Amino acid sequence: MRDDLLQRRSEGLYCPAGDFFIDPRWPVERAVVTHAHGDHARIGNAGYHVAAAGAALMRQRLGEDAVIETHDYGAAFVLGDVRVSMHPSGHMLGAAQIRMEHDGRVVVVSGDYKREADPTCEPFEPVPCDVFVTESTFGWPVYRWPPMDDVIADLLAWWDDCARRGVPALLFCYALGKAQRLLAELALRCPDRVAHLHGALLQPVQHYRDAGITLLPTAPLEEKVGGGAMAGELVMAPPSAANSPWMRRFVTASTAFASGWMQVRGNRRRRGFDRGFVVSDHADWPGLLRSVADSGASRIYVTHGDGDVLTRHLRELGHDAMALDALGEA
Amino acid sequence: MRRFAALYAQLDRTASTLAKREAIATYLHDAPPADAAWAVYVLGGGKLRRLATTTEMRTAAQQATGFADWLIDASYQHVGDLAEAVALLLPPGDASLADTPLHVWMDDWLPALGKLDPPARLTQLQAWWQALSVEQTFLLNKLLTGALRVGVSRRLVVQALAQWSQLPTDLVAHRLSGDWQPHAAALATLAEPPTDDEHLSDRPYPFFLASPLEQAVETLGERAEWLAEWKWDGIRAQLMRRGGEARLWSRGEERLDGRFPELESAAAALPFDGVLDGEILAWNAAGHLPRAFTALQKRIGKLKPGAKLLADTPVRFMAYDLLEHDGEDLRQQPLHARRERLADLLREVSPALMLSPALPATDWPALADEREQSRARQTEGLMLKKLDSPYRVGRKRGDWWKWKVEPYTLDAVLIYAQLGHGRRAGLYTDYTFGVWDRGHLVPVAKAYSGLDDAEIATLDQWIRSHTLERFGPVRSVEQVHVFELAYEAIQRSSRHKSGVAVRFPRILRWRTDLAIRDADKLDDLRRLAMD
Repeated sequence: MRDDLLQRRSEGLYCPAGDFFIDPRWPVERAVVTHAHGDHARIGNAGYHVAAAGAALMRQRLGEDAVIETHDYGAAFVLGDVRVSMHPSGHMLGAAQIRMEHDGRVVVVSGDYKREADPTCEPFEPVPCDVFVTESTFGWPVYRWPPMDDVIADLLAWWDDCARRGVPALLFCYALGKAQRLLAELALRCPDRVAHLHGALLQPVQHYRDAGITLLPTAPLEEKVGGGAMAGELVMAPPSAANSPWMRRFVTASTAFASGWMQVRGNRRRRGFDRGFVVSDHADWPGLLRSVADSGASRIYVTHGDGDVLTRHLRELGHDAMALDALGEA
Repeated sequence: MRRFAALYAQLDRTASTLAKREAIATYLHDAPPADAAWAVYVLGGGKLRRLATTTEMRTAAQQATGFADWLIDASYQHVGDLAEAVALLLPPGDASLADTPLHVWMDDWLPALGKLDPPARLTQLQAWWQALSVEQTFLLNKLLTGALRVGVSRRLVVQALAQWSQLPTDLVAHRLSGDWQPHAAALATLAEPPTDDEHLSDRPYPFFLASPLEQAVETLGERAEWLAEWKWDGIRAQLMRRGGEARLWSRGEERLDGRFPELESAAAALPFDGVLDGEILAWNAAGHLPRAFTALQKRIGKLKPGAKLLADTPVRFMAYDLLEHDGEDLRQQPLHARRERLADLLREVSPALMLSPALPATDWPALADEREQSRARQTEGLMLKKLDSPYRVGRKRGDWWKWKVEPYTLDAVLIYAQLGHGRRAGLYTDYTFGVWDRGHLVPVAKAYSGLDDAEIATLDQWIRSHTLERFGPVRSVEQVHVFELAYEAIQRSSRHKSGVAVRFPRILRWRTDLAIRDADKLDDLRRLAMD
């Protein structure tokens, strides 16, 4: 199947008419990057196009020498024969959907997205199109995100309980995006409290503050500080720290993980955390269906892991949906 | 339901045994006694009679959500637990029934559900779902379909009851044994001061359980301080005779009445009252040997065995301990005294009641030699019991050891994988292994355990990227990986395609050093099964 706006190549998703790649896996001439997470923004490309809102995060990841062109949300620019624009995806600060227009035909690649409100970034913008490429990280109907108010109330109750028991409240979450979203939500509810941060969270938190986003006051966790000094305190760390020597000082801590996967009890128990808070920066099942409907697209491509379930369900709803893999490799 | 759901959440949220015990004890203190009695029952592993089938639950969920059957099934496979998958799929309820006490559900509402005809049952189930929160719906579904599985052992429930009642755990364990019924009055009885004759109530004694011997046998000290017996491979049971009436209790504390009439009549004919601890074995009278466990299985399932089955597969009770004699609780007496009395009492009784013989070997090396005969004797190895020890409650290390023989092993190739359940939900952890038969690998064993978390993760990733075909939840995979499996016994079987049945297979290690041509051959396994 030929498509002048969309091809799969070994380097990643390719737009022939514009001669650029979206979130390429391997170095290419021209990359349009949806957001600053490591599996999307990779170093080594000759040139980058990114959303202006995420410029500082991209610079941090891609290095001082990277050639980066930034674009305001909604502002069109031309690559080859294609009119390109970037639109908020609601995934994290600076995250974008990529809209491509050529010969009156519009393709939108969603990147990662969510439909819930997030104080750290612009909300998802539905972009009408002919072809919509959607992620499907949580492509099962068991994923339906609880209201953030409920989650934060649970989280605060857990923190208070830790304080009563005199143990640290050790919260694991992704260092970029999730951590700042939680800190922003907490700042709305208990602005006088302080969170202590693992080293990996410090720089991303500073970038968000620099972007003018209000976060809970934070303090870096001292290198040598023992778990005892953190009794009753909230400590935030990336999941990778959970199995590292860094954990040794926190043997008494109550541990929690903030992730959409915590919706399922088996995941929670297998990971061995005491608590799981269901917070995701990806779309839940209703969010996926709603976004497909909002796009008005006549063709849907589903990316990400095990998209079979979503694809089949969309087909039964009458959409012309298929796995992105079905696009074939050029 | 609200209070019990909160307790469940507390238990689910901690791995600490201490915290769990505290949570249960607090619940027992605060909850209405009728609710607390049910909590004790279900947390201790008790189940209701099945009131709705899993198919009915799926159908009700399908109707309530409008999702296609396949989507419900895909969600179940992804979550690994039907009760949970259904709770997550349904639109959240309004929690208007959240304050209905647990005992009303358990005593009245759920049993009534079982009496409805199927369409009305689905309607009722859906009405409840609309009136419960996600967590409460999950619990309701769990109570309807089986055990709770929240990492609470029977022992932990006993400890929490002991903390709540301020009574010794052994006493509480005994009071809870047998078919304890979850009512407020029964809960109150658990906390009453002990009396001298309460052991004579209609309850089995809590079983004393042996631990596996992992250290060198010489570290146990003098051979003369220990009783050595065969480790019988049958059903552990207490044979009780009181006032001339016989009763048989399994180790799961279920009554086996009617299943083994020859044992009941032999017990009824005894010239004394008492409680014997021992093993039910299918017996080969000509060979003076037990028969394989599979022979006994024919008897276990039969509530009222016919004359032919009784004649073809007779059973015997191999007694190894005497817990009570003519109304006297002997459990605190040393084992050698209990044994002597048991031997005396069994001197001239029905041959269906036998005394488990003491092995004569006088030193450890000689005993180790004897242990080599275990398989030929149709036993699993040896039991070592300290001669001066009392009969304890539960699994207490130190006085009773099981010294099993090494398992059999075979090398087999991974050919199918299936998603796991519970803690392994979403991971390919249920494996089928094959051995060679005329150039093909034929399935011979399924195994779920034996790999560590890192190996499981590696294998899961590999399976996803090396799938050949999918059959619903099962994937066939490229034939590459060889595993060494341990198993306890192998028998001929017409029910298995391979012609052999492998008992209790589990993974010993991942044999990355072997190629698939090194896997075992079915012919060799068949030959083993013939012996």
